[in-house]
Amino acid sequence: MNEAFEFHDLLPALPEIVLAVGAMVLLMLGAFRGERSTTAVNWLAIVLLVAAGAIVVWLPGDKLIAFGGSFVVDTFARFLKLLALAGSATAILMSLTYLKLERQERFEYSILIVLSTTGMLMLISAADLIALYLGLELMSLSLYVVAAINRDSVRSTEAGLKYFVLGALSSGMLLYGASLVYGFTGTVNFAGIAKAAGQGGVGLVFGLVFLSAGFCFKVSAVPFHMWTPDVYEGAPTPITAFFAAAPKVAGIAMFVRTTMVAFPEITSQWQQIVAFVAIASMALGAFAAIGQTNIKRLMAYSSIGHMGFALIGLAAGTAEGVQGVLVYMAIYVAMTLGTFACILSMRRDGVMAEQISDLAGLSRTNPTMALFLVILLFSLAGIPPLAGFFAKLYVFLAAIHAGLFTLAVLGVLASVVGAYYYLAIIKVMYFDDAARPFAPMPFELKAVLGVSGLFNLLFALYPGPLVEAATAAAKSLY
Amino acid sequence: MVSWPILSVTTFLPLAGALFIVLMRDEAEAASRNARWVALYTTVITFAISLVLVWRFDTGSPDFQFIEKRPWLAGTISYHMGVDGISLPFVILTTALMPLCIIASWGAIQRRVKEYMIAFLVLETLMVGTFCALDLMLFYLFFEGGLIPMFLIIGIWGGPRRVYASFKFFLYTLLGSVLMLLAILAMYWDAGTTDIPTLLKHGFPVGLQKWAWFAFFASFAVKLPMWPVHTWLPDAHVEAPTAGSVILAAILLKMGGYGFLRFSLPMFPLASQEFAPLIFALSVVAIVYTSLVALVQEDMKKLIAYSSVAHMGFVTMGIFAATVQGIAGGIFQMVSHGIVSGALFLSVGVVYDRMHTREIAAYGGLVNRMPLYAVAFMVFTLANVGLPGTSGFIGEFLSLIGTFKVNTWVATLATSGIILSAAYALWLYRKVIFGVLDKPKLAAIKDLDYREIITLGPLALLTIAFGFFPKPILDMSSAAVTQLLDNYNQALSAAKTAAVLVP
Repeated sequence: MNEAFEFHDLLPALPEIVLAVGAMVLLMLGAFRGERSTTAVNWLAIVLLVAAGAIVVWLPGDKLIAFGGSFVVDTFARFLKLLALAGSATAILMSLTYLKLERQERFEYSILIVLSTTGMLMLISAADLIALYLGLELMSLSLYVVAAINRDSVRSTEAGLKYFVLGALSSGMLLYGASLVYGFTGTVNFAGIAKAAGQGGVGLVFGLVFLSAGFCFKVSAVPFHMWTPDVYEGAPTPITAFFAAAPKVAGIAMFVRTTMVAFPEITSQWQQIVAFVAIASMALGAFAAIGQTNIKRLMAYSSIGHMGFALIGLAAGTAEGVQGVLVYMAIYVAMTLGTFACILSMRRDGVMAEQISDLAGLSRTNPTMALFLVILLFSLAGIPPLAGFFAKLYVFLAAIHAGLFTLAVLGVLASVVGAYYYLAIIKVMYFDDAARPFAPMPFELKAVLGVSGLFNLLFALYPGPLVEAATAAAKSLY
Repeated sequence: MVSWPILSVTTFLPLAGALFIVLMRDEAEAASRNARWVALYTTVITFAISLVLVWRFDTGSPDFQFIEKRPWLAGTISYHMGVDGISLPFVILTTALMPLCIIASWGAIQRRVKEYMIAFLVLETLMVGTFCALDLMLFYLFFEGGLIPMFLIIGIWGGPRRVYASFKFFLYTLLGSVLMLLAILAMYWDAGTTDIPTLLKHGFPVGLQKWAWFAFFASFAVKLPMWPVHTWLPDAHVEAPTAGSVILAAILLKMGGYGFLRFSLPMFPLASQEFAPLIFALSVVAIVYTSLVALVQEDMKKLIAYSSVAHMGFVTMGIFAATVQGIAGGIFQMVSHGIVSGALFLSVGVVYDRMHTREIAAYGGLVNRMPLYAVAFMVFTLANVGLPGTSGFIGEFLSLIGTFKVNTWVATLATSGIILSAAYALWLYRKVIFGVLDKPKLAAIKDLDYREIITLGPLALLTIAFGFFPKPILDMSSAAVTQLLDNYNQALSAAKTAAVLVP
């Protein structure tokens, strides 16, 4: 490559650059000012994420390409980047009070989240296997550390270690798959792979399978989900909230972009894999969650199930399907963050409560929180007229159009089973006798819960903007 | 032409009332009182507005009236409301019963009154919306959304086994409906829209008709409920608070019958004809078997719940007979059952509020202390039996005539159900009302108070009035029913000619 390097060639990557540079500045600030600067660092990190979001919106042009085609900013990338940034910023916001009360104020905390978000943005824009791997590792390494950030807790360190070992294994599989794909097509660029892939071949399909294994691990889809409940339970709760939202968005983004852009000709090959993974995830998410008593573990299985539903859209393999995935992810992030705002406010006598039974009688001790949590739970269960229903509607719409009837039927059946455990939480809150009240909810959690609850409740009134944005984003992949 | 969106106002006014109650911040005692009054005013005003609908409704036209249409989802799915002669009776039934339910809950509900009233008002919006929706997706939204408030009503204010009952109710109905959702999506891709008037004219391919028919059947059969998926109903009825049982029996069940009439029969005529024997068989089993089950019940509410299943058997039988009398009878039977079963549950509520038991054996000889109650209960019992002169007779008779023309055996077997219904209903009446008043606890029981007279009185009058003069309801629906049948027969004969042409 002997083209002259121009500064504006970097423009498409401006959000990532801002985040990376900003993270380093914050690191300096933290290192020199010590633990006292934690609050400032946290807020600056939020500002940084919001600024990156503004840049993502501002970036001119429909489709920007940088670094010789390995970095793409299209509407698809913008949509998911905004989603990931929103998820990360909200996660930091939600952890402010928690960190203070748990005396875990470390400035590294939000810096790691910013770095991990940088990786996510990179991942979302990655248009070749190398860029993809770079983004993936930047994201994952920060996640491993942040899972174990509570050094003195056995559970937290165990979660971090488990996540790291399994994550490294999955990265290895993904790399192996990437090398196979490169070997059989002679290129790492997605568009190039699509051209060279033709009708496939055993070697290429092998590579594809290994790639998918890596993707499934990152989105915690069955059969690579085992780490999820343990990590969700072990990690500090705000970190769990973070894990449940932004990294899932990035994971789904790479899954969708890779399969749709690099392997459009051999859809039938990966369609079976995705369909199986979707069915298995939905089923496991629904059945395994029933027996849970710890609400964080329950949310882990719930997220496994939700990834299964989102993957239905991908299994359809059409623009409608991608649109369904995007709508699903947007609504999923809103639902999950709101639910975690509730989980984070389960604090009694200065200790976090994590059992579902701790919510007993919440409708009497804190009716507002109970009402919003009920809205979110019904939404997670996919009951109309709440937003969660529309999320499922769009993926099923695509699946039916693509003729995946079995997948759709199994999907709705899984959603009925899944409804059971959400109902079980509602039962505890509304039908059981009251336990002692929780400590008052901090303002920022109230805000997150309020916004998320109202979004879920009122989405039906005005679904246009989100759906249209998702449609535009899905079209930009083609 | 109406200048204001009258259907939307009818539908969403209760929601506005609910919102008002949410926003009220008062002391505990005053808040409960205010919540009751707000709920009552809201439901009464809604009822008054729905009467405007009746007044302006053109009974001569088979088309949808009071149409409202606004873009909503993705251009092809719109907010489309309207009523015709088939849906209007149910809208009125809903709005008319709601104030009575609120009055019936006046003293019975002392715990969390605010939430109770909110749940009922939200439920009213969803029920009226279900009957007014002219877009399948919108219909589904209202239809399914109704599960949420009802789940909470049973679960929070219900009896001892309320958790089991509410879960069973929710999961059973949800399981049926999600399959319908998939059918709706398949229909969307076939027709390119979910607009009901368009779909009614669409003419789906035979293969899709069969699958979609079964998917819709899964949903409506559970909702109605038909044997053998009726088992959630006795549990839900027994555990629900009185007003919850009333709404459940009088309106939520009717959504199933309405669904068969609005979707299954006109949209999938070929499948409907092919599977009519299945429906007949299930209906007859429902009529005979659940009547027999009702005979051995010891709980008053459970007995009435089983009798509901039997009566709904007449409805499905009449609808799928696909004759003018059958369908008109089905509609009439649903309205009449809405009034009668609602009133029966209210009557059980009257003694339950006094004695806190629903066991039949705990009562006897009430006529000595409660003459007014004995009269009211008699009217409803006889209407439940289907005695001529009560509204129950008209519906059962019409649906039996309609079926007789199509299938004599089915009609004959179903008629035996009427005898059985006389057996269990009169047995219940004798046990509870007649006999010697020898139970010491009953010695001081009081007759109906003015609030109970307000709720039961109008229902008793309507039961008798419609028994002698069924014309208003039959006239209201006749044009729409005739058109439905014309289209149905046309589709069948078209298919027949096509089959003849293709050797």
